[in-house]
Amino acid sequence: MAISISGLQKRFGQTDVLRGLELEISKGELVALLGPSGSGKTTLLKIIAGLEWPDAGRLDVDGANWLQLAAQDRRIGFVFQNYALFPHMRVRDNLAFGLTVRPRAERPGKAVIAAKVDELLHFLQITHLADRYPAQLSGGQRQRVALGRALAIEPKLLLLDEPFGALDAAIRRDLRRWLRGVHEATGSTTIFVTHDQEEAFELADRVVVMGEGRIEQIGHADAIHDHPASPFVARFMGATVELPVTFVAGRAEGLGLDLVQLARRALPDGTGTLFARPEDIRPVPDSAGPWRIESRISNGAHLRLVLRNTNGAEAEADIPRRTPQADALVPGAVTRLRIDAGALFPAERRAAVATSLQTSLKLESSR
Amino acid sequence: MTAANPILLPGQSRHGARVLIGVAVVLSILFIAAPLVFIFARAFAQGWGVYVSNILHPMTLHAIWLTTLVAIIVVPLNVAFGIAAAWAVAKHRFPGRGLLVTMIEIPFSISPIIAGICYLLLYGRQGLLGPWLQANEVQVMFALPGIVLVTMFVTAPFVAREVLPLMQAQGTEQEQAAVTLGANGWQIFRRVTLPNIRWALLYGAVLCTARAVGEFGGVSVVSGNIRGQTNTLPLHVELLFNDLNAVGAFAAASTLTLIAILALFVKAALEGRR
Repeated sequence: MAISISGLQKRFGQTDVLRGLELEISKGELVALLGPSGSGKTTLLKIIAGLEWPDAGRLDVDGANWLQLAAQDRRIGFVFQNYALFPHMRVRDNLAFGLTVRPRAERPGKAVIAAKVDELLHFLQITHLADRYPAQLSGGQRQRVALGRALAIEPKLLLLDEPFGALDAAIRRDLRRWLRGVHEATGSTTIFVTHDQEEAFELADRVVVMGEGRIEQIGHADAIHDHPASPFVARFMGATVELPVTFVAGRAEGLGLDLVQLARRALPDGTGTLFARPEDIRPVPDSAGPWRIESRISNGAHLRLVLRNTNGAEAEADIPRRTPQADALVPGAVTRLRIDAGALFPAERRAAVATSLQTSLKLESSR
Repeated sequence: MTAANPILLPGQSRHGARVLIGVAVVLSILFIAAPLVFIFARAFAQGWGVYVSNILHPMTLHAIWLTTLVAIIVVPLNVAFGIAAAWAVAKHRFPGRGLLVTMIEIPFSISPIIAGICYLLLYGRQGLLGPWLQANEVQVMFALPGIVLVTMFVTAPFVAREVLPLMQAQGTEQEQAAVTLGANGWQIFRRVTLPNIRWALLYGAVLCTARAVGEFGGVSVVSGNIRGQTNTLPLHVELLFNDLNAVGAFAAASTLTLIAILALFVKAALEGRR
């Protein structure tokens, strides 16, 4: 099913949860909604499912307006974060639920339902669990049952809310690969919500990064990793070091920073911010350098250095411990910083106001 | 010895524990066991034959029947009310929700006699609705409807109070899952919500029944104590006692006691399954 979302807005009381979303998802795609908690990703998923209703905007699926369609009639498969299995029903009855609640005229016969359930049990590789109750299953098994229950109604659209959130790491990896297989076998359009970057990038064809009710960026892993579209995405993707820079003729310059590795950008002259990951920052010993190493912590493979420059700005650098250069990088050493990769953004409006205020104050005092 | 007894800290006297247990046992005997034994002792004081003839007295039989009838009417209505109220409060957000929660609890904090008097002032001959009821020849006070109304009021919170916390703890995810699977409202209620609360519901119904059968204060105001017509079992016990028919009173009371003991056992059995 092809989904088209436009101008979607939602408020809960005083909070804007969705602030005007535009999103197109094509048939058969596997899409991840990635973002920190509170970014509105689950709300978006529930609106697509019909479990929440937007205050404004459109939701069209294969050309039909889904906002006029009740959840019962959308025929989607929804897998809840905590599975929401029916505790008083055996696995078999959980799987059959969606078929047994059909109106009498459309309901398949008992034998047909039983055959369908057997097929699902086999497909999910849980045949031996058919007569257990949910309380007797492990987390990974419950996840499979929850997915099976959703697949039983042969949904054209599969929605999963943090599908692996409650599982431990080894099972997550297994189930991830398995879910990819299920998606390819059923050919349904699949959307899942996650706050885990690795999960999103490994599993999805396309990742939608959300922050504070907006879509910040849509793309593939490499593009989002290397070219974040906004300071929010840069921070979320691990660029935790933020340093002030100035733009001159499309080149960025900063105190004690070597930025030649970064591509020239068509930005107007003025102030801005560099976002970089600690592992892309290389301290280079330089007796005239403005950066001084404040601390050095080893985790065995890597050293984490905390540096401060003469203006008081702080930076962190991760370097491999067993390199010849590492020996010189001890607390108190003076360096420049070579930036191997990073994202540049012009000053955010709020920051700009603050800077201009400072300048005018300086002018006042110098008079 | 102290090591084998983890409840007592080393050096703590076992004396204190023994004294407390002793006090509990003595009080239980004085306030619970003794009256219970006394009821049956007095009921059988003049032998089995007198007991049976007392129970089979038409007035007593009628009282038993009336009390049963009231319970049969009241309990299902309050089960329905309890489910509806708990459902509304636990699964939905609406203005006045907090008020509804408080309203459900009101019968617990109001003396049943006050409730009876309120109904009397509302539905009685001189009451607000009295003239209209009389014109339409509807008899509420000193008749079955009045007794049912008061009993319903007094026992209204029992089911809701048992079911509500459970529904709140379960949240709405299972219902939402059922919705996405295509179930309609009734299917969701019958196949998802109801099975989840069934034991709490039964437990609430047992408590409600016990209270409905035993209700005295409120009913005594609105019933009029007409023997063979509006005399419920608890009222009948009082009437017999006032008639100085102690054996008859205790025989009638013993049936109430049996109902209470039965309710207690059912309640204990259900408690384990909740």
